[in-house]
Amino acid sequence: MGAQLRVYRQKIRSAQTTKKITRAMELISASRIQKAQQRVAASTPYARAVTQAVSAVAAYSNVEHPLTTEKAKVERAAVVIFASDRGLAGAFSASAIKEAEELTTLLRGQGKQVVHYLVGRKAVGYFSFRKRDYARSWTGSTDQPVFATAKEIGDELVSAFEREAAEGGVDEIHIVYNRFVSMVTQTPEVVRLLPLEVVEGVEPPGEHEVLPLYEFEPDPDAVLDALLPVYIESRIYNAMLQSAASEHAARQKAMKSASDNADTLIRDYTRLANNARQSEITQQISEIVGGADALALAK
Amino acid sequence: MALTVNVVSADQQVWSGEATTVIARTTEGEIGILPGHEPLLAILAGGEVRITQTGGRRFTANAEEGFISVQNDTVTVVARAAELVS
Repeated sequence: MGAQLRVYRQKIRSAQTTKKITRAMELISASRIQKAQQRVAASTPYARAVTQAVSAVAAYSNVEHPLTTEKAKVERAAVVIFASDRGLAGAFSASAIKEAEELTTLLRGQGKQVVHYLVGRKAVGYFSFRKRDYARSWTGSTDQPVFATAKEIGDELVSAFEREAAEGGVDEIHIVYNRFVSMVTQTPEVVRLLPLEVVEGVEPPGEHEVLPLYEFEPDPDAVLDALLPVYIESRIYNAMLQSAASEHAARQKAMKSASDNADTLIRDYTRLANNARQSEITQQISEIVGGADALALAK
Repeated sequence: MALTVNVVSADQQVWSGEATTVIARTTEGEIGILPGHEPLLAILAGGEVRITQTGGRRFTANAEEGFISVQNDTVTVVARAAELVS
């Protein structure tokens, strides 16, 4: 067998093995997207209830709570990045990290120090490869997030927010995650968690409007104290679920195109291998014919 | 007139339906909510919330470390690990 033909056959076999792997990953991701989407949908009532309650306190009471009021001078800002634990998901982790980098540059431009909190091994890898510092990292459950992790992250962030900047605390908290728009689109999103920015579902009262008499038990301050950690947790949990759904969708898409590419490669190399085999045969025939002619002439 | 009640936990909607009364224990004491109650937002002290459905059937939900909110005859009981007891 000619050397060229052997090389082509080797390449075909290698593409076939790769295709088996990518096809399997594609199918696994496809089956998990649905589950992840259902979890996003199931957690929505909680997120909505918590958000409405927080908005109600923020809009219908005159409390000056440290968690809702912006500090005059922001020294340190925290950025939480939600990436994935494993690669092979296209630009999934890269796009979240890139968005976070842009935010970091923006915040630094405003004279703020930036502290990073990382979720997912890919983000940790990105930071440690560049020998950059990060405050804390969580890894191991980005594809199937659990509420306990969200609570841990929430506790850490709220406690950092309550400390003074000089003692390693932060004055602002931003999160960066991939929002699941559809099976084909996932967009990186930046949300400022604290101080509270989003007031959803509740219109802020006009200046001369009479506030509906909201009753807070025991008092607005205590209610806000108890609500805000819950709110942070629920936002983080939501971000984690969205990110997980996006990760599966991104991986499915990436693996599908990898399988398609493997198909193209196999087809191309098969053509080339056939070509090589045919030309080998042609050459052998012409050698035999030439040899026979030479023998006939010699007689 | 009836109350619309939602019991929600972090990862799912536990129960939702119509009820005539909701009794909960807040940090200030027990509170009973009937239709037409003023807007309220309260922190729950004990986890127990007793709900009487429109048909008269009663059941208890456990909502440890949660809160209850009332607005326009809609009662929402929210807790990380809310669950129905019976």
